[in-house]
Amino acid sequence: MNFKKKGGVAQSIPTGSMADITFLLLIFFMVSTVFVRFRVSGIILPKAEKVEELKKRRHINYLWVSADRKIFIDDKVANIDDVAGIFYQRRVADPRMVVSVKCDQRAPYGLISSVLEELRKADALRINFATDRKR
Amino acid sequence: MALQRRKKSSPEIPTGSMADIVFLLLVFFLVTTTMNQDKGIGMQLPPEGESKKIQKKNICNIWVNVNGEILINLSDQLSITQLRADLERRMVANDKLIISLKADEDTPYETFIHVLDEVKLSGAERISLASPSE
Repeated sequence: MNFKKKGGVAQSIPTGSMADITFLLLIFFMVSTVFVRFRVSGIILPKAEKVEELKKRRHINYLWVSADRKIFIDDKVANIDDVAGIFYQRRVADPRMVVSVKCDQRAPYGLISSVLEELRKADALRINFATDRKR
Repeated sequence: MALQRRKKSSPEIPTGSMADIVFLLLVFFLVTTTMNQDKGIGMQLPPEGESKKIQKKNICNIWVNVNGEILINLSDQLSITQLRADLERRMVANDKLIISLKADEDTPYETFIHVLDEVKLSGAERISLASPSE
């Protein structure tokens, strides 16, 4: 009688579909990636509990106030007198504009209040006080 | 003399390193992806030049000074932890209540946001931000 060895179970992990899986992941990350557009260094945002997330990034305009009382629009230094003019033009171009006010937690409220006054002049009425979520 | 045929190069594109390339791209996107969304406390400012006469009993003035001390209607001094419950009680008593938040010019923004957060957490919908010079 001739005893044949039984065919053993293949022991290697199939790697043929590895590329497909990676492609899928790649596409997911390519689609979901949003590059940070503007960044002003040294700004510490305050923390709050009742925060809402802003959707529609293309409507968001950024205004920064640093601890040393400097104002930045997007990431360029601006004078307080220029705020109304710049945001009025943007408001005309995009009526659904939201201004994300990113102020340092050490900035004095008086300055922020006068910035808000300027935004009112520019008819930029939808604002958002940027905060981090309190943990 | 034995003439041997030359070896033909295969016409296929080598796909063996495809996975490596894709992995490289994947790692790049993994590293650069930022999932953080813009978030904060949303407010709708009133149009310029608009001022409404509001009955005094429907206004609740909250004053915040430089040290973060809170004064309501110029009479009750509260700490920030008591503010939410106090406002909730006031809003139950008067559903037309408008919260007017007045902060001192030199109040740190952090204190202002903390108070505004508590006001929002109390469920207040009508909030007015008064400028410090008023």
